[in-house]
Amino acid sequence: MNKVLLIIKREFTTRVRKRSFLVITLLMPLLFAALLIIPILVATSSKDTKRIAVIDESHLFFNHFPDDNGIYYKYLENTRADTFKYEEYGYSGLLYIPDIDIKRPSGITYYSSGQPGISVEKGITRHINDIIEEKRLEESGIDRSKLNAAKSDISIDFKSSTDGKKGNSAVAYGVGYASGFIIYIILMFFGMAVMRGVMEEKVSRIAEVMISSVKPFQLMMGKIIGIAGVGLLQFLIWVALIICIQLVLPLFFSADTIHAASQGGMMQGGGNTAAIEAFEKIQYVLGSINWTLVIGCFVFYFLGGYLFYSALFAAVGSLVNEDPTDAQSLTFPVTLPIIIGIMVMISAVNNPDSTLAFWGSIIPFTSPMVMMARLPYGVPGTVPYWQLILSMVLLILGFLGTTWVAGKIYRTGILMYGKKITWKEALKWIGKRN
Amino acid sequence: MNLIEVKNLRKDYATHKAVDDISFVIPRGSIFGLLGPNGAGKTTLLRMITGIFYPDQGEILFDGHRFDPDRDIRSIGYMPEERGLYKKMKVGEQVLYLAQLKGLREKEAKEKIKYWFDKFEINAWYNKKVEELSKGMQQKVQFISTIMHSPSLLILDEPFSGLDPINSNLIKQEIFDLSQKGTTIIFSTHRMEQVEEICDRIILVNKGQKILDGEVKQIRHDFKQHLFRIGVGTMPNFAQMATWHFSIIKQEDHAYTVKLSEGSTTNDILMHFIKHEIPITYFQEILPSINEVFINKVQEMEQPLN
Repeated sequence: MNKVLLIIKREFTTRVRKRSFLVITLLMPLLFAALLIIPILVATSSKDTKRIAVIDESHLFFNHFPDDNGIYYKYLENTRADTFKYEEYGYSGLLYIPDIDIKRPSGITYYSSGQPGISVEKGITRHINDIIEEKRLEESGIDRSKLNAAKSDISIDFKSSTDGKKGNSAVAYGVGYASGFIIYIILMFFGMAVMRGVMEEKVSRIAEVMISSVKPFQLMMGKIIGIAGVGLLQFLIWVALIICIQLVLPLFFSADTIHAASQGGMMQGGGNTAAIEAFEKIQYVLGSINWTLVIGCFVFYFLGGYLFYSALFAAVGSLVNEDPTDAQSLTFPVTLPIIIGIMVMISAVNNPDSTLAFWGSIIPFTSPMVMMARLPYGVPGTVPYWQLILSMVLLILGFLGTTWVAGKIYRTGILMYGKKITWKEALKWIGKRN
Repeated sequence: MNLIEVKNLRKDYATHKAVDDISFVIPRGSIFGLLGPNGAGKTTLLRMITGIFYPDQGEILFDGHRFDPDRDIRSIGYMPEERGLYKKMKVGEQVLYLAQLKGLREKEAKEKIKYWFDKFEINAWYNKKVEELSKGMQQKVQFISTIMHSPSLLILDEPFSGLDPINSNLIKQEIFDLSQKGTTIIFSTHRMEQVEEICDRIILVNKGQKILDGEVKQIRHDFKQHLFRIGVGTMPNFAQMATWHFSIIKQEDHAYTVKLSEGSTTNDILMHFIKHEIPITYFQEILPSINEVFINKVQEMEQPLN
């Protein structure tokens, strides 16, 4: 069996078999699920049977409100809304509908002591709008079935020919920011994992034993690839779990409440109609992002950035001696460009056409983060093909370069004991033959 | 036939010459001692022989051909001075892993693990994590993983450091057994007393340079100071010991250490005692220990003017 494969296998299995892997892998989606479920729970917590009093002076809505989701409507006749103490009769709220003009309905009010809750708000609003719509159709003599038949529901590909940002910049911002940030976290988290792995080998003195069987470069690459495998596996599990959660969620909650909660999560306060509108807009706009491209590029920049930096982290690990505080000062030159990268990314996501964003997305030190921030704004609109290709090629050359440099430092550093090594010294090793 | 021939090997570090023009040969099947104080360049020399470092100059012949790390690494078992194991791994898995890296197939490696674990009576450790073992136990595991792939050249750098006498003996016995079976062994240490006991041939290095090399017996012989110890039944008086054949170095209870004068023979010493009717109980040549040779040579180097 190939030696590098053996090393990859060990690096992979020892990490995957650890309890901490299981804990992190399961906790993250739980956290994610919690973020998803808690708003739903909050939204539906007020759900436990609500009785709502309806005073309908227009007589248009009598028995038109279906009881649903534990909300029961009770129509009261001959009751005055201003004197009726709905709480004393056990109602959680009072819906007052004045004698409205069907063409210009106004003054419909819902009274409750506390916040009515999203599902109540939405339910009432939807029912009233449905009924008014129905009545208007009746009055205009339009046949509902004909109208339904005439309704059009085709989907159109909205593509921007140039910049066409206006419509989807909010979504592009969100997607760009999120993917840039995730790449930042991946670089840091798995880069540090590589560094700790190398440090462990050096501190436990297994390094020289290993080096007598395999080349230092093989050992380093085996570790880097093995840990990349762990990262990918973790990622796949998360994606799978997220999909599962989304498939399972509707079994516990009605589509309405999910819908309501997702609006509630996105729209703090504000009117419900606005929330619905915004949500529909986002759905429409989400469709305008080239997901295949964005996800494909994400995987590329995730792997490219990881390979670019993990080799450098491995080199740092090889320089560290017993004292773990050494690691902090030695890591600084490697983490600095990542931190600059995230700062450029934040600027680029606001201003994807700026010179800073352009250079940030071309130079391999920052391109994994910055390019991901720019891509959702559109290719070839915001990011012309030549820029994307140049950035990718430079990243590939970049990680070949850092791996070569890191390999040189690593093979010397890993065998240096008891001496504090500085970067200045380490850089001299690059030109040296071992 | 020599397994290793080292010719004019050089390796420079930024600050000093780690190995400065060293040549020597290691006959097949011998136990070869590489001696020198700390920082003499032993580890650098070994790292070149194991292919970890490339020499700046000179060449290494392995089994008659130019040493090729990629190919010859399989025939070498190296237990470095700075050695350790993956602390979180199980003992058995670890040895299996190291054996596979040396090119053994899994099945073959498992058979060998069984053989060696039985022999060293450590089967019970197979599923223990390395961090649960004592340092001495870990040394045993390291030794086993070094010899698992039956190397033709076994390199042991300070193999007894940290071992108790029982385990030291166990490893020592194994070194002799392997040598009997034809394994060539390089044994690097700064503890000289072990060398006399174990090695056939040695090389002494200091400050990157070879001081001397050769067979242990020969070296001790070459550096002898013509000292003899003579045991006596009754202590003679001072006047009886006056002679130009030898001078008294040390007088003990019923024994003298004497230095033979130039031009005299050992029989002259004996004749002197016999003539004075001093009963001789034993007579023995004192050869210098390797330690004494070593210290003399190192001191000579440090004070070249004297």
